[in-house]
Amino acid sequence: MLIKVLLLLAIAVVVVLSLRAPAGARHLAVRRVSVTGFAALAVLSVLFPDAWNAVAQVVGVGRGTDLLLYGLIVVFLGYLVTSYRRFRDLEGQITRLARRLALDEVADDLRPARVPGSDGDPPSEGTPGPRTRPGAA
Amino acid sequence: MADNTDTCLVVPLYNEGSVVGDVISAALAVFPRIVVVDDGSSDDSAAVARRAGALVVEHPLNLGQGAALQTGFEAARLLGAEYVVTFDADGQHRTDDAAAMVERLRQDDADVVLGSRFLDGRTRPGALKQAVLKAAVLYSNLTTGVRLTDTHNGLRALNATALATLRIRQNRMAHASEIIEQIGRSGLRWVEHPVHIVYSDYSRSKGQSVLNAVNIVTEQLYR
Repeated sequence: MLIKVLLLLAIAVVVVLSLRAPAGARHLAVRRVSVTGFAALAVLSVLFPDAWNAVAQVVGVGRGTDLLLYGLIVVFLGYLVTSYRRFRDLEGQITRLARRLALDEVADDLRPARVPGSDGDPPSEGTPGPRTRPGAA
Repeated sequence: MADNTDTCLVVPLYNEGSVVGDVISAALAVFPRIVVVDDGSSDDSAAVARRAGALVVEHPLNLGQGAALQTGFEAARLLGAEYVVTFDADGQHRTDDAAAMVERLRQDDADVVLGSRFLDGRTRPGALKQAVLKAAVLYSNLTTGVRLTDTHNGLRALNATALATLRIRQNRMAHASEIIEQIGRSGLRWVEHPVHIVYSDYSRSKGQSVLNAVNIVTEQLYR
């Protein structure tokens, strides 16, 4: 049955994308295109409600509503995994923010001990920059 | 330097108020410089650690042990530490193991010395814990290319090279695997050192749920 192949393929694509989706501008563009496409599809469904039935017949599903449900499940899965990724990104940002706050709070205690001539250094400068290391891939 | 003033002990801390005071006091006798990273504890852990004599860095909210270690690493870097030891706040680790590991770094045996409880027969974890740990070792050895006998041991010693190279981004428990992965990728020289993990009733009661392995694998896949 064609529908099974299509749905399994779609689910596989969602999972693969979730593992290796590039963050940033490209990712954002894909999201926006998807939303626009979704809206266009919704408009077409309203204007031509019988179209779903026709498509359902072609791919081997009984009714258009069933096809719609299957599609919704795939989209929901995609939403789930992209949300998880965005959540992780956000968490990373919060982590860096919290770390900065925590370290700044004790900046006066965090100067190298017993280094001659270091007494003139302001606490926030003159320290090795931890955020611009080459290993930070 | 036998007085270990070139070494910074990094201790992630989360709700261990009842034991951390003794752990810090005991460790200060061997390592005079201790950075405790309090990970948003809801008890008086941070105050207890500070009273015991540690420099306490406080996360404003709970981020996870991996995040706490990374904060500790950055603090140690700012302090200009030559060597860093990651050490648990719950009394599982022994300071003489830690001191021996730093000594191996001074001898330039490696850039990273990783504690292993399976190199000798001193440590006896329960059967289930042992099985999960062994499975983790197998998985890690297959995926990272670094062949270890114990991949989830919190006792590690790093020199300045390793400190500048490692960057933990896994906030929660997957950081242990992440560190090994980065060691494998960066070409840091590593060696394992036999250590004794003290499984007290306290540490057993706080211990990791075996189900946590599921979380760790998920966090590694969806990074």
